[in-house]
Amino acid sequence: MCLAIPGKIVEMVADQATLAVVDVNGVRRRVDLGLLVDEHPVPGDWVLIHVGFAMSKISEQDAAEQMRTLRILGEDLAAMEEVRGYGLESS
Amino acid sequence: MRFVDEFRDPEVINTVAEEIRWLTDPGRRYRLMEVCGGHTHAIYRFGLKDVLPENIELIHGPGCPVCVLPMGRIDDGLALGRQPEVIFAAFGDMMRVPGAHGSPLEHKARGMDVRIVYSPSDALKLARTNPDRHVMFFAIGFETTAPSTALTLMRAKAEGIKNFSVFCNHVTIIPAIRAILDSPDMRLDAFIGPGHVSTVIGCRPYEWIARDEKRPIVVSGFEPLDLLQAIVMLLRQIKGRISIVENQYKRVVPWEGNRAALAAMAEVFELRPFFEWRGLGFISQSALRIKESYAQWDAERRFDVAGVRVTDPKAAQCGEVLKGVLKPVQCKLFGRECTPERPVGALMVSSEGSCAAYYNYEHRKTLGRQPATV
Amino acid sequence: MAHGAGGKATRRLIDGLIAPLLMRDAYDAHESLGDAATVDVDGAAVAITTDAFVVTPLRFPGGSIGELAVNGTVNDLAVSGATPIAMVVSFVLEAGLPTNVLEAEVRAMAQAAACAGIAIVGGDTKVVEHGKADQMYITTTGIGRRRPGLVLGPRQVQTGDKIIVSGPIGDHGITILLARGELDLEADLRSDTRSVLPLVEALIFAAGPGVRWMRDPTRGGVATTLNELALDSGFGVHLLEELIPVRAEVRGACELLGLDPLHIANEGQFLTVVAAEYAEAALAAMGERAALIGEVKSEPAGSVLVTTGYGGSRIVDMLVGDPLPRIC
Repeated sequence: MCLAIPGKIVEMVADQATLAVVDVNGVRRRVDLGLLVDEHPVPGDWVLIHVGFAMSKISEQDAAEQMRTLRILGEDLAAMEEVRGYGLESS
Repeated sequence: MRFVDEFRDPEVINTVAEEIRWLTDPGRRYRLMEVCGGHTHAIYRFGLKDVLPENIELIHGPGCPVCVLPMGRIDDGLALGRQPEVIFAAFGDMMRVPGAHGSPLEHKARGMDVRIVYSPSDALKLARTNPDRHVMFFAIGFETTAPSTALTLMRAKAEGIKNFSVFCNHVTIIPAIRAILDSPDMRLDAFIGPGHVSTVIGCRPYEWIARDEKRPIVVSGFEPLDLLQAIVMLLRQIKGRISIVENQYKRVVPWEGNRAALAAMAEVFELRPFFEWRGLGFISQSALRIKESYAQWDAERRFDVAGVRVTDPKAAQCGEVLKGVLKPVQCKLFGRECTPERPVGALMVSSEGSCAAYYNYEHRKTLGRQPATV
Repeated sequence: MAHGAGGKATRRLIDGLIAPLLMRDAYDAHESLGDAATVDVDGAAVAITTDAFVVTPLRFPGGSIGELAVNGTVNDLAVSGATPIAMVVSFVLEAGLPTNVLEAEVRAMAQAAACAGIAIVGGDTKVVEHGKADQMYITTTGIGRRRPGLVLGPRQVQTGDKIIVSGPIGDHGITILLARGELDLEADLRSDTRSVLPLVEALIFAAGPGVRWMRDPTRGGVATTLNELALDSGFGVHLLEELIPVRAEVRGACELLGLDPLHIANEGQFLTVVAAEYAEAALAAMGERAALIGEVKSEPAGSVLVTTGYGGSRIVDMLVGDPLPRIC
């Protein structure tokens, strides 16, 4: 299950408290924000869309942190490779 | 695409794959089950098996709502759709699922009014714009999708829309995982938890898996880096001999779940005492039905539903494949009597069914792992 | 219905039933039908092609059924290595079709024909009962002169050959999907319908001796066309995912709906396989949107394999029927 795609809220639909126009790479669709009433999403926010409903607000902070963690992993590995190259470990 | 492309970065993928190799002990096999069909599809679509070491085995779980739907339910839904005033509306995923007398698309070719919708709200819109017809929405999905159906029903009630009903086949994930763990042939080390279901139910419902069944579980996103990071986290737990619930998909999954979504579900749905799962048999408290307060919009109460029970052909081993006991290619019908073109079981129809995914993306690969060049 | 979608079912219908019965001696079971057949007319090699056009809605951003009919015919002749000369058109019209709708299509066809340099020299019209023709069906038959010295076909293809596409894929199919209005999606997208003849001519001029095969990937998409190549040549078609040109909006729609751009119809692009040493010249000739997307290898024989930048790969098969949106 569960094809869900990130999209950016472009504008709210007039007269519809929970309907917004969301943009996915230039494709626009009305998305129901009724499941995110607690989070008060506004234009500019990114949301996860599934079957025309927003399931969650995407945390840009968590996303950035995840990429940071993964990139550091890369650096750690590179560092370990380098240390191994010094031949200091006993066999 | 933002929040997509960065998680498909080839360089970072290569380093995480390297980390995975570091974390695996070449002397042992790691059996990880991804519960969710969407993860199965992602694994094949992104060719992730090519970057994982040989001794990590990804076992496909039963989280494919199309695959676990017994054929009788499709027949029941199609029987309702045959009434001349009814518009049968369903997701594209359902269109090729074979019923005893053909799939929804085949029924459409024979004259039934079948419409593909992207959203239950589109089905409701069809009802608004076709006041002289009755729109019946064939609802499927786990907890990811159920809240949207629920909210749609709430809107139908609030607007007093009378020509709309839902044939509800929503199922819940925890009983499916329990059935897997209860299965005697199962040998699993850990679980990749369903990312989008968890946006609704949160991470708490999995605590018993870690605590009582002593299996690590990491709730994962659907991009290559999400799955690979989740595997790193699982391997670290296995190495450290711990089993806890972790959330890899933090940017989207709240630990406590989505209150509004859960509230909508509670407003509209209740648990069926039991429900038949294709391949897994009857499981208690595993599926949703529409509450009495929404009876007017419940297709099963509006119409006479035959309650057809159709058993799969004996030779089809959908159940074992669903439970991950057999690989698709080990089913006697795979690739012979059962292909995406002429599917015997739903695992071959749904693009996230393990058989279809394997057949479409993997089956004819005879290449070893070669670097990509042009 | 799956039999008309261009994929596996269509192929089986044609290969298994229609072609052997109709074509008899002319039918070679080992080579799928190219886009045009060649007939010898007193020593002149004449290419002939026929096609039927069925589309809803009739008019869509970037074009209409009439333009598809003309460009589609021209393109079939062009990628068969022929210079299009003339075509005839047959209309099957649904009773009650407004005259101005028909007129609009006829005008569109006249314009497209003038643009493409093909003469419409005749035609036929039939009217059928209301409900029997989705407003309008158009069939065409086009003829052209085979270019001398050009030998094209899956049997010409060799391992090491490069695969080039003329431009971004999926524009037409997604435009149509959106134009139907059932999915409530909007995007700034147009059908890519056009004559590819100028690009084909430029390609032949720049890389003629190296051009092995050309096809236009219409219904069923690039995946179907390249799968046919793989099956007919017995080789493996390898694509590098990051090299395949896809417009942002097509990508967005495909991600949203769970579709693969490789399965989506195109009406203004073509694929070519050229010998490696001609690839650069071919690319330069085919315009700035053309892209080298892959290579022919010996394995996996008969299949198309797409590989990502990090070495993950998947087989891409022909679809069974039309691509369907999914939510799972």
